[in-house]
Amino acid sequence: MAPNSGLVVQTEQLSKIFRVGFWGKRVTAVDGVSLEVRPGEVFGFLGPNGAGKTTTLKILMGLIYPTSGRARLFGRDLGDPQTKARLGFLPESPYFYDYLTSREFLAFYGHLFGLGGSVLGKRIDELLELVGMTHAKDLQLRKFSKGMLQRVGVAQALINDPELVVLDEPMSGLDPIGRKEVRDLILRLKESGKTVLFSSHILHDAEVLCDRVAMILKGRLVACGRVTDLLEQGASHPVELVVDRLSPEGLDHLRPLTDKVVMQGDRMLVVLKSQQQVGGALEIIRAAKASLVSLTPQKGSLEDLFIREVEEHRSPTEKRA
Amino acid sequence: MKILSIGLNTFRENLRDKLLYNLLIFALLMISSSVILSRLTLGEFHRLILDLGLGSINFFGVLIAIFVGIGLVSKEIEKKTIYTIVSKPVARYQFLLGKYVGLTITLFVNTVVMALGLLVVLYAQDVPVEGMLFKALTLIFVEFMVITAVALLFSTFTSATLSAIFTLALYVIGHLTADLKTFGAKMDDLSRGILDGIYYLLPNLERFNLKGHVVHHLEVSGADLMLIVAYGATYTAVLLFTASLIFHRRDFR
Repeated sequence: MAPNSGLVVQTEQLSKIFRVGFWGKRVTAVDGVSLEVRPGEVFGFLGPNGAGKTTTLKILMGLIYPTSGRARLFGRDLGDPQTKARLGFLPESPYFYDYLTSREFLAFYGHLFGLGGSVLGKRIDELLELVGMTHAKDLQLRKFSKGMLQRVGVAQALINDPELVVLDEPMSGLDPIGRKEVRDLILRLKESGKTVLFSSHILHDAEVLCDRVAMILKGRLVACGRVTDLLEQGASHPVELVVDRLSPEGLDHLRPLTDKVVMQGDRMLVVLKSQQQVGGALEIIRAAKASLVSLTPQKGSLEDLFIREVEEHRSPTEKRA
Repeated sequence: MKILSIGLNTFRENLRDKLLYNLLIFALLMISSSVILSRLTLGEFHRLILDLGLGSINFFGVLIAIFVGIGLVSKEIEKKTIYTIVSKPVARYQFLLGKYVGLTITLFVNTVVMALGLLVVLYAQDVPVEGMLFKALTLIFVEFMVITAVALLFSTFTSATLSAIFTLALYVIGHLTADLKTFGAKMDDLSRGILDGIYYLLPNLERFNLKGHVVHHLEVSGADLMLIVAYGATYTAVLLFTASLIFHRRDFR
């Protein structure tokens, strides 16, 4: 793999096999994952629970060693202390030193980056302000709610003003308001020119936030690209028509273009396979002198794509079940 | 710098741990109870206070070293706090040494507190304090450092409970290694070789025990003392180095 210093994250055929249990049974957690994250983008790493998202992120953070394949951050191999100084990491459902207060907690992490004195004090105040925790700065972390822990967790990830921010399931376990705040924060990070890589199994969040996404299933990458491209590709976008008083002959003409027809007295709901069929359908409706009540294009979502991928990747035995 | 930051944070963690205070209170109670027990003896009460006092300091210090020591690393892994440390520009050995330094500071403070407790009792009972007492206390502290390193080594690759059992076992065996050598002397060449090997491999913790010397007013020369301290330091260094090697290769999942 040619090191590309223009990329923030670059992995090639990254794999991790864990040995579990007494007999060391081999379990493949990550299987040949190759992906790239470019500077300044928000990249979503999506997949169901247990798909290998966290394992991949842990490899990138130097917590786990890959079995094979390579990964680089900022064009440098993993484990280079210089790269660690340029990233911030928030683990999934983080636990912290709960006997520390917010200030002590952030000061401790600041010291690990060699920060100190008034510079660090100022930075801590800014961060507590940013995550809305100024009121709890002298409270011990063991008295915090999950949402509050997540916030100081974010502050901890930003203490060194990192270029790359990696968040593992930042929205999980938060209430709707908390999730919105995390979303806003990610957008603010993007505005200030940072690269954000986050994992999630909540696809709606990803659709709203991400420039590009990668989908992982059973350790394998099944889709990767711009959100808009992924939504276009392969997915046929159905269009729903509601028509009044369509003659039986007209309906016969319409049938080949449709997936589904639902009759309700004089009114019928016709689902067209894709937008290409709209012109033809309208011709038929006009010729049959029926009236069109509504025409609604159905927007594809990452969720549709995701469910389709899950179906495709099921093993035959699972399908039978 | 990073090692010291982690060390001071660990020290602060220990200071806010209730377990530590419970153990410390028990130690002080044990030391002062020697006053009551000495009333039951005839004439030997100086010896009893010294023996029981030093024994209490040793016993409770080892308990702190083991039960706080095993939690140092395994708790960080179980609670996943280590994720945020290792992803920062901190080498894994720095983390490990930081934790060790932190507990060493804790143990030092505790040893001083317990020793002061003993000195108060000795002063109150008009027991003369000799220089030997401080030599014995020094070696007790060196023993704590070895035990902490053992606990740390075990906790880099096994759970907190198993580390506690292994460390406790090694502490007991460490005080009985001289028996291994005696036992080996009566065996054939091969068995003697194996037993001798085990004897040299295991820490000889009895070396750090000067209670008998204090009680019976026996002297240990400065040179001998230095040699024993050097033995403890070398043994600790080897343990920490091995722990670092294991810790470096480990996956945190």
